[in-house]
Amino acid sequence: MLQRPLKVAIHKLTSCSGCQLAFINQGPKLLKLLEFVEFTHFIEAGLFAPDQEVDVALIEGSVSTHDDLKRLVNARQRAKLLVSIGACATSGGVQALRNMADDKENWKRAVYAHPEFIEELQDCTAVATHVKVDFELWGCPVTQQQVTECLRQLHAGVKPKDNAEKLCMECKRQGNVCVLITQQAPCLGPVVRTGCGALCPSFGKACYGCFGPSEQPNCESLTNRMTGFGLMPNDIVHRFAAIHSQSPPYQQQIARWRLQDLEGSD
Amino acid sequence: MSREIKLNVPFITRVEGEGALQLSAKGDEIESLQLQIFEPPRLFERFLQGKPHTDVADLSARICGICPMAYQLTSILAMESLFEIELPDHIVDLRLLMNLGEWLQSHALHIHFLAMPDFYGYDSAVQMAAKHGDLLTRGMQIQEAGNTLMRLLGGRSVHPIGLQVGGFAALPDKGAWQHARQLVNDAIPAAIQLLQWTAELPIPDHSQDFTYVSLLGEDSYPINGGNIACSNGLTITAQQYPQHFKEHHVSHSTALYSLVDGQDYLVGPLARVNNNYRTIPEHIRHLAEQCGLEFPNMNMFTSIQARALECLWALFEAQQMLQYDVPKGQAHVPYKVREGECSFCTEAPRGLIFHHYELEQDGTVAKCTIIPPTSQNQARIEQDLKQSVKQYGLHHSDNELKLFCEQVIRNYDPCISCSTHFLDFTITRQ
Repeated sequence: MLQRPLKVAIHKLTSCSGCQLAFINQGPKLLKLLEFVEFTHFIEAGLFAPDQEVDVALIEGSVSTHDDLKRLVNARQRAKLLVSIGACATSGGVQALRNMADDKENWKRAVYAHPEFIEELQDCTAVATHVKVDFELWGCPVTQQQVTECLRQLHAGVKPKDNAEKLCMECKRQGNVCVLITQQAPCLGPVVRTGCGALCPSFGKACYGCFGPSEQPNCESLTNRMTGFGLMPNDIVHRFAAIHSQSPPYQQQIARWRLQDLEGSD
Repeated sequence: MSREIKLNVPFITRVEGEGALQLSAKGDEIESLQLQIFEPPRLFERFLQGKPHTDVADLSARICGICPMAYQLTSILAMESLFEIELPDHIVDLRLLMNLGEWLQSHALHIHFLAMPDFYGYDSAVQMAAKHGDLLTRGMQIQEAGNTLMRLLGGRSVHPIGLQVGGFAALPDKGAWQHARQLVNDAIPAAIQLLQWTAELPIPDHSQDFTYVSLLGEDSYPINGGNIACSNGLTITAQQYPQHFKEHHVSHSTALYSLVDGQDYLVGPLARVNNNYRTIPEHIRHLAEQCGLEFPNMNMFTSIQARALECLWALFEAQQMLQYDVPKGQAHVPYKVREGECSFCTEAPRGLIFHHYELEQDGTVAKCTIIPPTSQNQARIEQDLKQSVKQYGLHHSDNELKLFCEQVIRNYDPCISCSTHFLDFTITRQ
């Protein structure tokens, strides 16, 4: 148990800034958090000290440029513990969809008149691809509860407990009507990690996988079932090629159903 | 004696995302000034190609964590116009209610976390908590009212999940509706205090002649529909946007610069208030005028007052809708997908957003263009800086100049995630 506030730096790499809002959106609870957390570096909130030594570095965003990588390596060196927060940091996020393209150079050209002005790495990757990560908080976005619980446990000197349970379990506990069974909706709940509060199914909508793969995801079986609902191989590819396209279990399904799609069109 | 200035602010803090500023001056003349936006490119317009139209709202939300709904709704409204979907009134109203929530949380965040420390001499709102907890608490109350409206209709405030083509995934339940009503009612006195507080701020006069652009409200303040009005006299539909607004790419920025008929321009709260002040209900205008606020005006430093005014307007609008029972009826209407092109503009908290889609027969995205507010403001911010820095005076110290420039930039509430990152300030004095 630390007798002083936990020194925390928040670094942003390639991202939408939405996970940092898990702090700024807390309302009066933020004042409570400040009782045991001292932010040293948090650019959006006005604090700039990337080189200060800290207890915990929270990393939002994926590594997509040389500059991202440089800053990540620096953040790692200055921190006792490093926690990646959000889909971008844990698996690359939506911008990592470019990794799947066969014609990456043309992608830049499609958006920018002068692609030569745009400096970026070949692929857009998760934080753990480059440095040692002590803990990961999954989610797009991460929730206030996730970040607060994690920091509270780290302040208490305890390694945070991971919860990779399937979303289905939470959804069942809430008593939602199963959209997969009753609507034959392509819900990813059976292979997605819990954490969002089963939001989409509680709105009567299929989960689209913001929180990434759960423990032991049986994607093979789920996608087979989806074909039974009338989904074409390419539809299944799109279900997985979204927020966490670079996580290995989803990557496998993308490859598998892309191949089916190609074979089907021959 | 003339001194040579080379100022370099490597990271502009308290903006959404990250950007840098380089200023080079000789004596009293600015030689060059560049707002550099180096938010890494994420290529949304490209990866949306080939996606089913039903995936666009959930993916485009990820452009920005602060105004995700604006991106979702603009894409949805564009497609609904193509599919000729007629929405029942309660869905139209609920979407407006959610828009109000997004404006409230975004404006409250900007005023209290990003702008306020400038007026009290702090680096960060976090450091203000001990001494000015009451001001922060007031801001958080308004922010929470906004977030609650977004959760009511979208499940969560960052990357909400409720919106879809044809309506909502589900309508809100009674308990959540009443809770939102309570928070909105309670936040109104806080927003009145906020408006009064902004009226007392030491606002410098850096009025400039500039062009401003926003949606135009016929009889109500515009948020998610209507024509585009430009202060140069141009009034056009969203479909005509590409004929007048052109983007270009410069080497020092990953955000594209946008010009209207060759001219830089402003979008955002001050542009909206200037174009639509007459549509704000009289009791709110009366209060603003009693406080001594004057709109329309051409001083970007009053944008914080425009934001506060919009907060109060949004809360009164939300209160009116929430006083009725929770709407019943269909959550969404069925529709037929059609091939073709569609465009739409809405007002994100930071200003006008333009979306254009080309859809294939089965609804697959063939092409899309998304123009966020900050890339539209970028050229204007540079022009503003060039004029206001000279007016402020280059004789000020590097640190004073840096703070002044940062404040000028923050007046635009740039959301750099959709275009850039933090401010790295470089000044070169020669």
